[in-house]
Amino acid sequence: MMASSYSAKDEDGHITVSGPGGGTLRNKKPENTAFKQQRLPAWQPILTAGTVLPAFFIIGLIFIPIGIGLYVTSNNIKEFEIDYTGDDTSSPCYNCAKNFSWNNTKSCTCTIPFQLDQPYESNVFMYYGLSNFYQNHRRYVKSRDDSQLNGNIDSLKKPSKECEPYASIDNKPIAPCGAIANSMFNDTLTLFYNDPNGTSVPIPLTSTGIAWWTDKHVKFRNPVGTNSNLTAVFQGTVKPVNWHRPVYELDTDPENNGFINEDFIVWMRTAALPTFRKLYRIIQKKNTMAPTLPRGNYTLVVDYNYPVRSFEGRKRMILSTISWMGGKNPFLGIAYITVGSVCFFLGVVLLVIHHKYGNRNNSANISN
Amino acid sequence: MDFSLLRNIISRYCVGEEIWVDSRTVYIGHKEPPPGAEAYIPQRYPDNRIVSSKYTFWNFIPKNLFEQFRRIANFYFLVIFLVQLIIDTPTSPVTSGLPLFFVITVTAIKQGYEDWLRHKADCSINECPVDVVQQGKVVRTQSHKLRVGDIVVVKEDETFPCDLILLSSSRSDGTCYVTTTSLDGESSHKTYYAIPDTMAFRTEQEVDLLHATIECEQPQPDLYKFVGRINIYKDKEEPVARPLGAENLLLRGATLKNTQHIYAVAVYTGMETKMALNYQSKSQKRSAVEKSMNAFLIVYLCILISKAVINTVLKYAWQWSPDRDEPWYNHRTEHERQRHVVIRAFTDFLAFMVLFNYIIPVSMYVTVEMQKFLGSYFISWDEEMFDEELGEGAQVNTSDLNEELGQVEYVFTDKTGTLTENNMEFIECCVDGNVYIPHAICNGQILSAASSIDMIDSSPGGYRREYEDLFFRALCLCHTVQVKEEETVDGIKRGIHQGRPTSFYISSSPDEVALVEGMKRLGYTYLRLKDNYMEILNKDDEIERFELLHVLNFDSVRRRMSVIVKSSSGDYLLFCKGADSSIFPRVVSGKVEQVKARVEQNAVEGLRTLCVAYRRLSQSEYQEACHHLMEAKLALQDREQRLAQAYDIIERDFVLLGATAVEDRLQEKAADTIESLHKAGMKVWVLTGDKMETAAATCYASKLFRRTTQILELTKKRTEEQSLHDVLFELNRTVLRQRSISGLSVDCLDFGLIIDGATLSAVLKPNQEGAGHGNYREIFLEICRNCSAVLCCRMAPLQKAQIVKLIKASKEHPITLAIGDGANDVSMILEAHVGIGIMGKEGRQAARNSDYAIPKFKHLKKMLLVHGHYYYIRIAELVQYFFYKNVCFIFPQFLYQFFCGFSQQPLYDTAYLTLYNISFTSLPILLYSLVEQHVSMDTLKREPSLYRDIAKNSLLRWPVFLYWTCLGVFDAVVFFFGAYFLFDNTTFTSNGQMFGNWTFGTLIFTVLVFTVTLKLALDTHHWTWINHFVIWGSLLFYVIFSLLWGGIIWPFLNYQRMYYVFMQMLSSGPAWLSIILLITVSLLPDVIKKVLCRAMCPTATERAQRVSSVQVLEDSLAPGSGGGGGGRERDPLHPDRTCEGDSGKKAARSSDSLVPHSHSTLLSKP
Repeated sequence: MMASSYSAKDEDGHITVSGPGGGTLRNKKPENTAFKQQRLPAWQPILTAGTVLPAFFIIGLIFIPIGIGLYVTSNNIKEFEIDYTGDDTSSPCYNCAKNFSWNNTKSCTCTIPFQLDQPYESNVFMYYGLSNFYQNHRRYVKSRDDSQLNGNIDSLKKPSKECEPYASIDNKPIAPCGAIANSMFNDTLTLFYNDPNGTSVPIPLTSTGIAWWTDKHVKFRNPVGTNSNLTAVFQGTVKPVNWHRPVYELDTDPENNGFINEDFIVWMRTAALPTFRKLYRIIQKKNTMAPTLPRGNYTLVVDYNYPVRSFEGRKRMILSTISWMGGKNPFLGIAYITVGSVCFFLGVVLLVIHHKYGNRNNSANISN
Repeated sequence: MDFSLLRNIISRYCVGEEIWVDSRTVYIGHKEPPPGAEAYIPQRYPDNRIVSSKYTFWNFIPKNLFEQFRRIANFYFLVIFLVQLIIDTPTSPVTSGLPLFFVITVTAIKQGYEDWLRHKADCSINECPVDVVQQGKVVRTQSHKLRVGDIVVVKEDETFPCDLILLSSSRSDGTCYVTTTSLDGESSHKTYYAIPDTMAFRTEQEVDLLHATIECEQPQPDLYKFVGRINIYKDKEEPVARPLGAENLLLRGATLKNTQHIYAVAVYTGMETKMALNYQSKSQKRSAVEKSMNAFLIVYLCILISKAVINTVLKYAWQWSPDRDEPWYNHRTEHERQRHVVIRAFTDFLAFMVLFNYIIPVSMYVTVEMQKFLGSYFISWDEEMFDEELGEGAQVNTSDLNEELGQVEYVFTDKTGTLTENNMEFIECCVDGNVYIPHAICNGQILSAASSIDMIDSSPGGYRREYEDLFFRALCLCHTVQVKEEETVDGIKRGIHQGRPTSFYISSSPDEVALVEGMKRLGYTYLRLKDNYMEILNKDDEIERFELLHVLNFDSVRRRMSVIVKSSSGDYLLFCKGADSSIFPRVVSGKVEQVKARVEQNAVEGLRTLCVAYRRLSQSEYQEACHHLMEAKLALQDREQRLAQAYDIIERDFVLLGATAVEDRLQEKAADTIESLHKAGMKVWVLTGDKMETAAATCYASKLFRRTTQILELTKKRTEEQSLHDVLFELNRTVLRQRSISGLSVDCLDFGLIIDGATLSAVLKPNQEGAGHGNYREIFLEICRNCSAVLCCRMAPLQKAQIVKLIKASKEHPITLAIGDGANDVSMILEAHVGIGIMGKEGRQAARNSDYAIPKFKHLKKMLLVHGHYYYIRIAELVQYFFYKNVCFIFPQFLYQFFCGFSQQPLYDTAYLTLYNISFTSLPILLYSLVEQHVSMDTLKREPSLYRDIAKNSLLRWPVFLYWTCLGVFDAVVFFFGAYFLFDNTTFTSNGQMFGNWTFGTLIFTVLVFTVTLKLALDTHHWTWINHFVIWGSLLFYVIFSLLWGGIIWPFLNYQRMYYVFMQMLSSGPAWLSIILLITVSLLPDVIKKVLCRAMCPTATERAQRVSSVQVLEDSLAPGSGGGGGGRERDPLHPDRTCEGDSGKKAARSSDSLVPHSHSTLLSKP
């Protein structure tokens, strides 16, 4: 249709007119190559019950053990989740949630006691989880300026249009610009272990190693100005509307401040689904003998800064151990076991069919 | 003047649709006629520039773009692209702009290059030197400067620069020889004549003195028609008017041969030459596959629009509450907020359209186009379809119809030259009831009368003797054969091994050559035509001379030709030869009964018969005839008609002399081919102009009819006895009764129908008698539907096309194929869905007008059963797969909208969106559609019944389409929800870090690319190294590309969202496991469906695959040992039995083919 409007006929006519015509007819004989004669040697598999049978059994035999392995691993992972949204009067954070206002300069603190029934042996990962928060909304996802975050001075002073309406205030550029940065999660979560002897021991939380290494070291860069002082570099920009502190005061550690603050980087990786969790802190295992988090009572102290009630969101804190296959996820194991079993079962069905029909077909063909 | 110009333009654009009757006047040498003569209106003619190019330098871009965007698909993509440019859409305009730009550019470059070639060709033609006579001198000029009225000098072996009227030639008799090989493929030398008044000119000066005008019709494309008149003015005398016909017109493109030079005057130049008019493009044929593809496209367009509508509606329902619409973390800009809600909704609708538009991919058109274009090379490359004798292989004139070759239901074939060799051999003649058979072996000697003639019924006598002499002379004189005295003549070579081995007879009709040669073997040799005298060497070695007065040329309507000669004794004789039906009614005396009996007997044996008659003209009768002829020839308008009238008046009151019989042997393997076509479920119709008996004999010989075939006759003879109405109803009853009886056991009788031209036109005639008699057309079709073979004899060329049209328009709309070799088959070739031309002896017209040209009829078998079958399954898979893979691609995107607040957030990265159809998944399917062979070639040839498996577009029917679409939806659901549940609220990595939305999309995309490619791998039955290379290569390319795309911070991008996403995903164990799991689950249903279908109810194709694999296995296990294997049982000689074995399949024609046929033995006599 597209190209063939040029018919061979036109060409024919003119070439014969211009050329001497006739001539060497013998050259027209097509070459006898395997490709041109469509006789390339080829492997010709056909999917019959007989050939597929072994594959099904093999898949079954491989998938079922993998599935069982995954399922067991997943079950061994310990996970604890606590919802501290505070939309319930009985909830400790109810007041904080109710009285929330953007103008509050002093943050509201609430304390949630909880109990761990089992000791957490290895490193424990602390997540915050949000629900009904559409980080994957298109307007939200694109509302960032990657070149600003990569330390480009021009973009720092003149953020991309994509950041609108979070690009500038009173003609002063926002750093970091955009809706994602503006809505960065800013609750502070701290954990205390309530010793049986009555004292409350703070649990050391590591805030590094929570973002992708490549993000922290390549993708996110602080702008390099004339001097190494971050405050001076960010001179002329304003903080995002909803932030309490400017970006250069996120952390005291210069390696974790500014754009390369790991909490910030984690937040900037937008989640795929409206219910998501993000890594908040890591509780490193110190003592080889003692569990990281022993069985007992704990207290979660929340600096409640992040409003979710307006969009019916939920906030959670999750403590989880991690195996080689990540966090707790029974689905993968179950899926593997199911698919493996189905394949095995189909293998049996095919075996029956193969015996019943395969013989009939063969005999029919041979008797012909 | 303005009017004529306008008309000129109109005529140029409506050529072929109406016959232009107006005339033009050409002043030879641009000399005005003497003022007194007649007032001519001067006309303007184009110069001799040939313009075949479509574009010029400056209009190329706009015109080409316009042409390209006229196609609905391109236009659609342009609209999508513009929408992306105008509104804020989820994907960047690059994603659709780049592929579109690519496609448009490639097409434009291709067309531009072709046009450049045409420009170059035009240029070289337009600038080639031409000699023109000006003021008595020969001036060399360039071809494009030629104007109508110029006198041109053409030398030997030069091509005529425009359409010319021959004035004089270097030969004394004013003739010149011309070959029109490049025009119509006929390699014979044709003779053209100068009018007697001008043929004496020898020098430029003489020619320049000529004062004349030519009146002729406006240009029309028919190569063989020309009507004109030349008026020669001599000082003060009345102008002399002479008729001009096609024999005076030298056509552009033809070449002058055997003549030193000629003088001729240009009448049609440039784009008005007959050659240029003939290169008008034919009407485009569209294949059934293309039609179903367009239907699927419409379905997908509906799906696309409904998806967009659903999402838009849901979006506004969902964001009813302002907290959802604009939560505190995600505000709109002020500008957006102020926009009216209707505009916002419309913009959203468009954005969804853009997001989902990939479901109708640009690349499908490109791939289909490339598949057709490249795939057609396999036909022309096929060595088996190469004919050594002809030195040519199959030829593809259009690649649009490749797959249609696999869908043919009706085959209409010509008889002469198609089923038969068109290699005539003189068998016998019958003079007045006595039969003469020349010795079969011609040993180069002049055989004496006694030995050369085998007299079956000898009753010698003076009376008989006279008839015999007349008969032989008639055959020696009544023809248009030329004697060629050179060694090298392309094409038909007939040596006259009789002292002058370098002489050949050449004629456009092989029958004539056979007859003249037969005469030579009987002792009468036609020597030459010299100065209008025909010379014959008779039995007694004496040269007889006859003055040739008139030739009444053969035409297919009259079906006879005549010559008027004056013998040396001064008698005027009219000899006529022609078909029996056109001679017998005009005969007044002679042994009609005996000759008729003999003719019929010969016809039954499959011989071509001609009757010969003569008439002695008195002086006055001759004058009268001359008068009639001259009058008709001089007529400017309706010349054809008036000539026919004149012929009709002259050719009557004959005395029958006898009849001849010429054998036309069946083409090699014609019967085998027809048998295969029958078994493949095709209905074969033979359409011929020949006699019923001859044609029927050929049909028996070619196994079209079998002994068991019950022949139904619908001929003039029968309709004379009964009314057409009764005959039709009776036949219909017979057929229906048979069908009701044999409803269960199908394989008993089959029917063959014979119908002749006269009856056919009666059947097709619109019924004037009202509704009482019903519609004959329908009854006729009903009968035909139940006949396995139909023979239509006595067909005029146009009737052939009518029949094809009739079947095409019947209610099942079957796919028709017409095959023929001669100019009389062109109409049906153009009419049928697929037209196949045979590069035969009757010139190249059929081959030129066909969609495919093959050297021999037997090649049709491979063409349809192998190539057609392959192309069909290839393109069917291509189309279905393309839709499938785009459903898989876009449906997850649709599902994702439910989880991102209907915000048109794309699931995949822009690069993936753009490249999915262009590079990640395009090559494997293109290669599949080029080289797939689901069954081996030999099996396809051995078992024609496999062709039934793909009949009626079976792979592109709605259920199949639905299956593929459902499969696509299922896979998409598996991809999306699989990833969803795996991602749901959990960590994927062993270091606790989280993945974002781009990893989610990349995971789905990876599964998608692998599944879709592996699905194709499962469908591939023919794994050559190229398949391996392309399939694994394209997967590898995807991985490498992803690594690269995510491996660098790309400075030209304003986002870096893919940075290290792919690598991070690969570093996670669960990601690997879920990719493997999801691929397995997606492929599982299709594998199970395939295996179960194959096991439970295998199609014939699947059986054949199985058998061939068993055969390969057995051959490899026990080479040469015993024929007990399943494969070996399938003897190629007994293909019927396998057909029987197919349970439920019709095995209508059982093993009759093995019984030797009485007719075929008759035919095979030496």
